[in-house]
Amino acid sequence: MSVTAADRPGSEPGRTIFQKGAPGRRAFVCPQHEVPEVDPRELLPERLRRSAPPSLPEVSEPELVRHYVGVSKRNYDLDSGFYPLGSCTMKHNPRLHERAAALPGHARLHPLQDPEHAQGALELMWRLQGALAEISGLPHVSLQPCAGSQGELAGVLLSRAYHEDRGEQRHKVLTPDTAHGTNPATVTMAGLEVVKLETNEAGGVDLEDLRRKADRDVACLMLTNPNTLGIFEENISEIAEIVHGVGATLYYDGANLNAIMGLSRPGDMGFDIVHFNLHKSFTQPHGGGGPGSGPIAVSERISPYLPVPVVARGADGSFALDHERPKSIGRLRAFHGNYGTFVRAYAYICSLGADGLKDASQTAVLNANYLLARLQEQGLAEYLPLAFGELCMHEFVLSGGPMKRRLQVKTLDLAKRLLDFGFHPPTVYFPLLVEEALMVEPTETETKETLDAFAEAVAAIVAEAREDPEVAAGAPYTTPVRRLDEVAAAKHPVVREAL
Amino acid sequence: MLAAIGVGSLEELFERQIPDAVRLREPLALPAGMPEQDVFEHLRELAARNGDVEQQLSFLGAGMYDHYVPALVDMLTERSEFLTPYTPYQPEVAQGGLQVMFEYQTAISELTALPVSNASVYEGASAVAAAAYMAKLHNGRSSIVVSEALHPHSIETLRTYARGYGMAVREVPTRDGVTDAGAWAAAIDANTSAAIFAQPNFLGAVEDAAALSEAAGAGSVEAPVVVAQVDPITLGVLAPPGECGVDVAVGEGQPLGNRLDFGGPSFGLFAAREEYLRRMPGRIAGATEDLEGRRGFVLTLQTREQHIRRERATSNICTAQALNALAGVVYLSWLGRRGIVELGELLLARTHYAREQLATIEGVEKLHEQPVVREFALRLDADVAAVRRRCLRAGVNPGLDLHAHTGRERDRGGLLVALTERRTRADIDRLAEVLAGAIEAERPAGAQAEKALA
Repeated sequence: MSVTAADRPGSEPGRTIFQKGAPGRRAFVCPQHEVPEVDPRELLPERLRRSAPPSLPEVSEPELVRHYVGVSKRNYDLDSGFYPLGSCTMKHNPRLHERAAALPGHARLHPLQDPEHAQGALELMWRLQGALAEISGLPHVSLQPCAGSQGELAGVLLSRAYHEDRGEQRHKVLTPDTAHGTNPATVTMAGLEVVKLETNEAGGVDLEDLRRKADRDVACLMLTNPNTLGIFEENISEIAEIVHGVGATLYYDGANLNAIMGLSRPGDMGFDIVHFNLHKSFTQPHGGGGPGSGPIAVSERISPYLPVPVVARGADGSFALDHERPKSIGRLRAFHGNYGTFVRAYAYICSLGADGLKDASQTAVLNANYLLARLQEQGLAEYLPLAFGELCMHEFVLSGGPMKRRLQVKTLDLAKRLLDFGFHPPTVYFPLLVEEALMVEPTETETKETLDAFAEAVAAIVAEAREDPEVAAGAPYTTPVRRLDEVAAAKHPVVREAL
Repeated sequence: MLAAIGVGSLEELFERQIPDAVRLREPLALPAGMPEQDVFEHLRELAARNGDVEQQLSFLGAGMYDHYVPALVDMLTERSEFLTPYTPYQPEVAQGGLQVMFEYQTAISELTALPVSNASVYEGASAVAAAAYMAKLHNGRSSIVVSEALHPHSIETLRTYARGYGMAVREVPTRDGVTDAGAWAAAIDANTSAAIFAQPNFLGAVEDAAALSEAAGAGSVEAPVVVAQVDPITLGVLAPPGECGVDVAVGEGQPLGNRLDFGGPSFGLFAAREEYLRRMPGRIAGATEDLEGRRGFVLTLQTREQHIRRERATSNICTAQALNALAGVVYLSWLGRRGIVELGELLLARTHYAREQLATIEGVEKLHEQPVVREFALRLDADVAAVRRRCLRAGVNPGLDLHAHTGRERDRGGLLVALTERRTRADIDRLAEVLAGAIEAERPAGAQAEKALA
């Protein structure tokens, strides 16, 4: 890790922009009005006016730049090091995408521009729709959802609309106990009820439990494949048969699509609805927690209900926004989706092509299995065993349970100690059914050297813990701040600067 | 690597894990990959076929606006440290992102005069739906009252979500360009969970926010949650929602330092009175201390959230719009305490000038007489689509065809014109000239004259 603001003499960590500057300082110079002056009261009556200005910062441009550059250095980022956050697919973000997205024809195009003056943008969206359809094996695509979570909401609403259109009121949605938290939360928001499915010994859906719970009240089964354990559902065809057998739909949470591009397609597995995370599989930068983008692809029978608008190509070859979809679930947001993310995802697909996408997934799986093998070497596997199975797809989940019992070092301690070794830790404590879970997703853009260095860091931490568990328990030591009091933060929330 | 794994080939990894029946045996039907420079050329060529705001003199608004974005916003949002991390799950190495969230929350709280803000939601229209869902969790009531002067996309989005969580949506009509106060008061009853209006509204008119809140019973126990969808750039001059009896302010954040991007990504702002803090959707950063007593920031009140609470979460929202919110707070800091007011005054002055200039054109009248800040609606005595086509041929986009956008009969003839500080007086005069010419040519008399000439 680079030198941080905390280490630099004279800097005050945690001092916000609101605590800097001085009255009267400014960066912005307002343009001249250029128009005849009118009595302000004529423009806006007193009672509709703001009486005192908001207490925004008063800082000069140099202060502003130094402040935010300083603040930025208190972040760990993917461009600086390994970021094996499970289920998040932290792969390299090519800078080409930023350059292309910043072109005025993309970045400065108004969303309500007449379609005949936005043909390039509509064509790009149409091509992306086509590519996502091909990758997923499902023919109809809506790019509208803002993020994976909204793609999920669209999916559940689509299922509901499909059943209602057939005169059926189905109120249950099945989700495995390994599912991402967004799945059950989405079901509730869509007005349906969550029914949990158990996981079998192989880490997949328990078929007996599924058969017991799959009935005519079930609208949908939401599944990630490979699931959050990094395990491909070996019974996927049977699962699809059971679900379709009771007339329900099958929903694919695309968070883990990076494992299977060009290798297997959700549509061919029997899924009816898929969401994509363009910020995972398709390299939209994660931005410190957004923006995301969550397009969906659906089968023929679900397509009448897709959100509006959809980009369509007319007989004359021109592109248009199709709003005339009478059975549509409606709109999920303003305008047409996170277009800026479409430019980046489309650039990525163009760069890689069919072979490159397959190669990316193959390498992601290879890297994950290699790192898994390194972490299951003698001296490590006793403390951090693989939770399920032998091999994995693009990610794997270790259990820190034995390490906790034998060394009094928790998964959280290991994660914090990894920070001192210059690595971002994996996802921790998820999925919930694995004790002291450690979920590792290296992605395809990491080298063998990086994977080795990470495995060696984990080995070094375990070796160190065998000597003295207190070291890990007190970590990290080298970061801008040490462990933070999250309990106090929640008990007495301070969510803005007091001015 | 294969030897370490203990497999003989790459293929074996997949053979052993993916059932044969669902293996894809043919290559994806996609073009072959391309070198970087070819991809860039392809994307440049697509971009070149778009009429962006550098090519047209554009007065389009209706939810997204062509404001000047200072260079330092680009410089900061392109920094690896902000661009490439994820949600700050490990606060010790994410103090930068968390502090930005905390500063953003402070800025939005100041701007709206409401005590708490989250770290942003997706965008403006779904923020309205998120506020209504929070109201349902808060008071358990069954219906939503919404002014029809909200952006149509916001109402459509609200209806999509409300069908899901099972609430009825009732629209209140407008009168003289603003929400009909009588109909608003009459529509709100004991079943009303949330009452929602826009400030300024879709027609650019400034609503009497305090009167609408009061009519909704704000402050009493029976009152619904009063929600205002605000345009943040107007809050330097307009009375802020927190001082108008509003409980929750939501809005599209794009005007604050974000690009147009053909509609996204941007961010949605979401601020509220303190009592709603534990039911808010999305990420919230909070201040705390580390082991050594240093100030630091963490994601807080996470027990609201989906990754902890699952089906009982207050929302399914997972990520915020951190990078877009960063642009927002940098922009607000750049404008500063006085700049936000000065910019608002500039918009007021230029918008007034534009409205008066255009209203003097033969065949143009104001659609309403209400005060406006940055956008206003006109009624043309000519076919709006034809007038717009003529203007576009002259390189001027005069604004939004209201009827084409809303499909409402009473919007026929309506044109919605938006201003930003980038549109100078000369630009406005040019719009007046082109629009006057186009209307003259398209009015019945003008059309006849043209035929005669032909």
